[in-house]
Amino acid sequence: MRLGLGSRLGFGAFAAVVLAFIYVPIGVVTLNSFNSDRTFGWPPPGLTTQWWSLALEAQGPRDAIATSVKAGLGATAIALVLGSLLSLALTRYAFFGKHAISILVVLPIALPGIVTGVALQSVITNVLNPVFGINAGLFTIVVGHATFCIVVVFNNVTARLRRLGGSLEAASADLGARPLTTFRLVTFPLLRSAVIAGALLAFALSFDEIVVTTFTAGPGTPTLPIWIFNNLFRPNQAPVVNVVAVVLIAVSIIPVWLAQRLAGSSAAESRL
Amino acid sequence: MGSKKALAGLLAPPLLWLVVAYLGALAAIFATAFWTTDPFTNQVVRVFTTENIRALFEPTYLRIIGRTLLIAATVTVLCIVIAVPFAFFMARVAPARVRGLLVAAVLVPLWASYLVKAYAWRTMVQPGGVLESALGSTPGYGLGAVVLTLTYLWLPYMVLPVYAGFERLPASHLEASADLGAHGLTTFRRVILPSLLPSIAAGSIFTFSLSLGDYIAVQIVGGTLQVLGTAVLQNITLDLPFAAALGTASVVIMVLYLLAVRRTGALDNL
Repeated sequence: MRLGLGSRLGFGAFAAVVLAFIYVPIGVVTLNSFNSDRTFGWPPPGLTTQWWSLALEAQGPRDAIATSVKAGLGATAIALVLGSLLSLALTRYAFFGKHAISILVVLPIALPGIVTGVALQSVITNVLNPVFGINAGLFTIVVGHATFCIVVVFNNVTARLRRLGGSLEAASADLGARPLTTFRLVTFPLLRSAVIAGALLAFALSFDEIVVTTFTAGPGTPTLPIWIFNNLFRPNQAPVVNVVAVVLIAVSIIPVWLAQRLAGSSAAESRL
Repeated sequence: MGSKKALAGLLAPPLLWLVVAYLGALAAIFATAFWTTDPFTNQVVRVFTTENIRALFEPTYLRIIGRTLLIAATVTVLCIVIAVPFAFFMARVAPARVRGLLVAAVLVPLWASYLVKAYAWRTMVQPGGVLESALGSTPGYGLGAVVLTLTYLWLPYMVLPVYAGFERLPASHLEASADLGAHGLTTFRRVILPSLLPSIAAGSIFTFSLSLGDYIAVQIVGGTLQVLGTAVLQNITLDLPFAAALGTASVVIMVLYLLAVRRTGALDNL
């Protein structure tokens, strides 16, 4: 199918418009963090860095960042262990119920976030609170995040395990190594970059998450996205929120970019 | 590697977590939908009743569900209309060395925070904002802004599968079609589109499902717009069983959508 120059230019122009559509909002947010107009009138009457210095001193965002980091680290740690275990089990063994389990793993991310949120909140109110005395807080945030971070780690480790094949492990067994030794000396070093990529993606996912977190966070422990959401509708907090938003863009992008360098483009797409 | 004990050891911790924490919670929701609340204390009363399911069919909630379905469908169609030509450009028109850059260009905003992107659109549609100064008017907070923002948010989810679909389409098919005398549009309609259908359907699963359950972007740019997600949010503290019924409705809709889409072979593409 040969396309004339006119059609090619037409498609190119369309693509340029789409790319502009994709990047303009991000550019606007970044530019607005320097907008001297408090209400973000456009075009900006002037540029200033006062919002950035104001945000750097604000206590609210700092506490929220700390909560987000703690939740992210906790959720990533749990997801790493559980996701890797699941991945090893599903790629190296054949057993009854394997297909069902692979669907179960994807479910937390596949179902609308609000369903997961409502489910987890009902567990908190009906089980965790009366039986264990646990309130909504950092623990419940970590539990919620870990549940869908598992699939991110699972995807990365599974992709790597499939690419490796079983021959190296078989050779190691032939040479007399026990399963644990084989894992320690052969499998894990080969998996390492995939595991790290999965961990980075899980952390990014947890740090950015808001849909489920609004249901699992208690009133006193906002994560950074929740802090932003709570302050979105307060006009005098608007400039600080904007600066925090720009920071959040950078923080979301960097771990995923690193993960892509480590494990290839499939890692970044598994963020889907 | 084949011992059953090792397998059990590997599976037990994650399954314990997923089945107990997650599946258990899901089952709890579906059960809660059939309970009710005491009108005085607002505590959940564990008595089986179908009044919540019946309440879903009241005009108010039918309207809300209908509006949410309309939003999800519109967003999906808009994403398809934008993604297909763009992916075609990426796969067939752009020079090979630019292709990787284009893929990265589409992926990068995907990684940026969902919340920030919705917030960006809020500042753009607000009175006095970018849209008003650039185009002269702005849709303001409401249905239009919601559709625009959701299309923006989920566009990469449609572009990537469609791009993969275009890559899988052999160039020889397109040449054969031209050799048989078909013009561009005919080739598009009878060769490209049918073979692209699974990829489009796969992308639509994301756009439809994400739009169906969304309540954050809707609140940020939608003003007082009521959708399924915001209705759940409104009822969750005082009437958990009804919120659970609404949540169940969204799961049922998604399952029906997945079943309908399965016939196109989209699920094999995920």
